[in-house]
Amino acid sequence: MTGEPEYLLEALHVAKVFGTLRANDDVTLKVKPGEIHALLGENGAGKSTLVKMIYGALQPTSGEFRWLGKPVHIPNPAAARKLGIGMVFQHFSLFEALTVAENIALAMPGDFDLAALSERISRVSKDYGLPLEPNAVVADLSVGERQRIEIVRCLLQEPRLLIMDEPTAVLTPQEADQLFRTLARLAREGCAVLYISHRLEEVKRICHNATILRHGKVVANVDPTLETAASLARLMVGGDIHIVKSARKHKIGDVRLRLDHLNLPPDGPFSVGLKDISLEVRAGEIIAIAGVAGNGQSELFDALSGERELARADMLLIDGTPSGKSGINERRDRGAAFVPEERLGHGAVPSFSLSDNVVLTRHSTDETLVKSGVVQKSGATEVSGRVSTSFDVRKAKPDPEARSLSGGNLQKFVIGRELDRKPGILVVNQPTWGVDAGASATIRQAIIDLARDGSAVLVISQDLDEIFEIADRIAVISRGELSEAHPASQMSAEKIGLLMAGAHEVKEARHAHIA
Amino acid sequence: MDMFYAVALTIMTAATPLLLAAVGELVVERSGVLNLGVEGMMIMGAVCGFGAAFYTGSTGIGLIASIAAGVSMSLLFGFLTLTLVSNQVATGLALTLLGLGLSGLIGEGFVGQPGVKLWSVAGIDPLIPGAILLTAAVSYFLFRSKAGLVIRAVGDSHVSAHSLGYNVIAVRYLCVMFGGACAGLAGGYLSLAYTPQWVENMTAGRGWIALALVVFASWLPWRAVVGAYLFGAISILSYTVQTFALGIPSQFLSSLPYLVTIIALVVISGNRAMMRANTPACLGKPFVPDR
Repeated sequence: MTGEPEYLLEALHVAKVFGTLRANDDVTLKVKPGEIHALLGENGAGKSTLVKMIYGALQPTSGEFRWLGKPVHIPNPAAARKLGIGMVFQHFSLFEALTVAENIALAMPGDFDLAALSERISRVSKDYGLPLEPNAVVADLSVGERQRIEIVRCLLQEPRLLIMDEPTAVLTPQEADQLFRTLARLAREGCAVLYISHRLEEVKRICHNATILRHGKVVANVDPTLETAASLARLMVGGDIHIVKSARKHKIGDVRLRLDHLNLPPDGPFSVGLKDISLEVRAGEIIAIAGVAGNGQSELFDALSGERELARADMLLIDGTPSGKSGINERRDRGAAFVPEERLGHGAVPSFSLSDNVVLTRHSTDETLVKSGVVQKSGATEVSGRVSTSFDVRKAKPDPEARSLSGGNLQKFVIGRELDRKPGILVVNQPTWGVDAGASATIRQAIIDLARDGSAVLVISQDLDEIFEIADRIAVISRGELSEAHPASQMSAEKIGLLMAGAHEVKEARHAHIA
Repeated sequence: MDMFYAVALTIMTAATPLLLAAVGELVVERSGVLNLGVEGMMIMGAVCGFGAAFYTGSTGIGLIASIAAGVSMSLLFGFLTLTLVSNQVATGLALTLLGLGLSGLIGEGFVGQPGVKLWSVAGIDPLIPGAILLTAAVSYFLFRSKAGLVIRAVGDSHVSAHSLGYNVIAVRYLCVMFGGACAGLAGGYLSLAYTPQWVENMTAGRGWIALALVVFASWLPWRAVVGAYLFGAISILSYTVQTFALGIPSQFLSSLPYLVTIIALVVISGNRAMMRANTPACLGKPFVPDR
C-alpha cells in the first residue's frame, strides 16, 4: 500500500451521447480530496450531464470513472451515495408535502427512527451553521431553507464528495456567505466539493481548481485564483462577450404605471400574499425588483398582468386609468405588455408555431393579426419573421413549434414579440433566467433601448448583476412586501441582501452573532 | 333495542364494502395513481368470489378468489398505465367497462343460484371489524413506516423520488395491486356477505362512491371510515323511511346518499388549504424515467 491515492474521483475520457448530440465528449476530470473544484461552462456545455453521471443518475456511453484510484461503475444514485457522493440539486429534489425530517429520512439507508433522526438533524444543522426545524413542512419554507435541507441531507451521510449545482442562484448574498463558510469547513475536514456555478467572482473566491467545459468538451483546467472573471468568461464562451451599453442620460417623464396600496391575499397554503405595495414607474425609467424566489414575485406579476384580479380597480393604474379589475387584453389595449417567467407553457404554447404564439398575445392590439374574428396568417408570419430577425432567433424552420427552440432563443422570441409592439409599459419577470451570456446581453440591451424611447419598464429579477446592469431604481420584495425604490447608484449587493432577508431574518442573524 | 341493532347492523354491512374499496384506492392515490376502475375491479371480485364459493362451498376460498380477481384487473391497469404509460383516466374508465361486461359473461350461469353466506357472530361478519382494522393498519403504515413514507413521497414528487434512487414504477405497481386486492375483496363481500347471490351489475355504483369517499376523506384513512359509515347510514335510512310511506317520492330517497356525497364533497373541497396540503401532487401524472 502506498497510502491514500492522489485523486478521490477521476472521470477518464467520459462521453455521453443523446441521439445525435454529444453532451459530453472525451471529458476528463480529476478531483482531489479536500478541494473545492469548480465546473464551469455556459448553458448546454454539458456540466449537468457530467455530474448526473457521477451521481449515477445517467450512464456514460463510454469512458470510465475511478474512485480512490479504482475503476467503479455507478449504476444508480443509491450506489453513488454508498461510495460517499452526495449531491445538492439546482432544482431541489424535495417533497413539499412532507416534513424536513421525513425528507431526510427518505435519503438515509438503514433503520427508520424519525425521533433520533430529528435530533441528529438539529445537531448537525446547528453545528454547520445551517439551522433547520425538523418538523417543519417543506412547503412552508423559503428557498434558502430548502437548500439547507438538501445540504444537511448530504452532510448526514458523511460524504467524501459533495456535488453542488448552482447553489447560490437562489440565495441572498448573506446566505451565500454562510454557504461558503460551510463549504470551506467541509473542505478542511477533507471532503471534496464539485461546484457548478455561473458566478465567476464566487468561483475565484472559494474554488481551488476549475475545469471548464464548452460544447461538451473540456477546454481548460485552471487555478481560478490566478484568473480574472473576464478570462474565465472568455474560456467558457470561446470569445469576448458583448457588453451592454446603458445610456443613463435619457429623460424621465410622467408616471405611466402606478401601484397604489396593492394587496392580494395568498392563493393557497404554499403561496405568498402581497401586502400594501406602492410603486410608481415613470416613462423612460427601468425599475428592477430584486428578491429571493418565492417572496411574492410571481404573485406580483400575476396581479400586474391581470391573471389575478385585484380587489379594487384603483390599486393599479396604467397611464392613469384604473386597471385593477381589467382583463389581460384590456390592459394590453392600454399599452401594457407582459412577459412571464416561464417561457414554455406560460409565455408560449409549446406545441403552437411561433406565428400562432404571436397571435395569442397580440390579437387584441394588432389589426393586422385578426380581421372580423379570422386570424390573418400572413400578418402573424410577418411579425414572427420580424421578431426573429431583429432578435436573432435561431431556428431550424421558418415557423417552428415553440418547444423546438432552445431556452435562450425562445426567451429572445417571447421578449421580442412584446417589444416589437413598442409597448408604453413593459412588465417582465426574470428576463434572462437560464439564458446564456450572448442572448442575455441582447435581451438587456433591447429592454434598455425600449426605456430610452419613453416606455416605463418594470423588471422582476433574482440576478443582481443583471439588476445593476440595467436598472435606474431598485426595490426589493420580501415576504410579499416591497421596499422603497432607491436609485441604483445608492444600492449595493449588501444593502439589497439585507432588504431581501427582511426585518425578520436580520433580527435572527443578529441573535446568531451575539450567541 | 332489537330494531336499533338491526338498523346498526345493516349500516355496518352497507359501509364495509365501501370502506374496503376506499382504503385500497386511497393507498393507490397516495402513490400518485388515479385508478377509476374500482367499480370494474369490484364487480370482478364479486363474480369470481361467488363462483369460487359456489363450486367449493368455502367462503374463504371465495374471498381469496375475489382478491385474486381484483389484483389481476389491477395488474392489467398497472401494465397499461405504468409500463405503457397510457392515460390513467381513460384506462380506468375502460377497466370499469371491461369489468362490468366480463363479469356479466362469467356470471351468466350463476344468476338465480343460491349463494354461500360468510359466517357471522350475532350478525357481525369478520370483515366488518376487519375493514376497520385494515384502515388502522393502512393509517399506521402510511404515516409511521418508512415504506409508507416512500409511497407518500412517490405521490408527492415522482421526479424527486426517482432522483433519490427509489423505483417509482415498482412502488406504484405494488400500490395499484393493493388497491385491486381491496376492491376485489369489497366485491366479494357484496356477493358473499351483503347479499349472498350473484346479480349482474350488483355493485350498483359502489366503486364510484368509494372513489368519491377518497376525496371526501382528503386522503386520510380515518376519514374514509366516517365517510363510508355516513354513506351507509343514509342509504339504509332512506330505505327505512320509504317503508313509512311519508309521501316523499322513493326516487328522491334512493338518490339521497349520492346527493349527500356530492354536497359533502363540495363542502370539503371548499377548504382549499386542506385539500392542497393532502392531495398527492403527482395524482394522475404519468412518470417516465429518463435513461
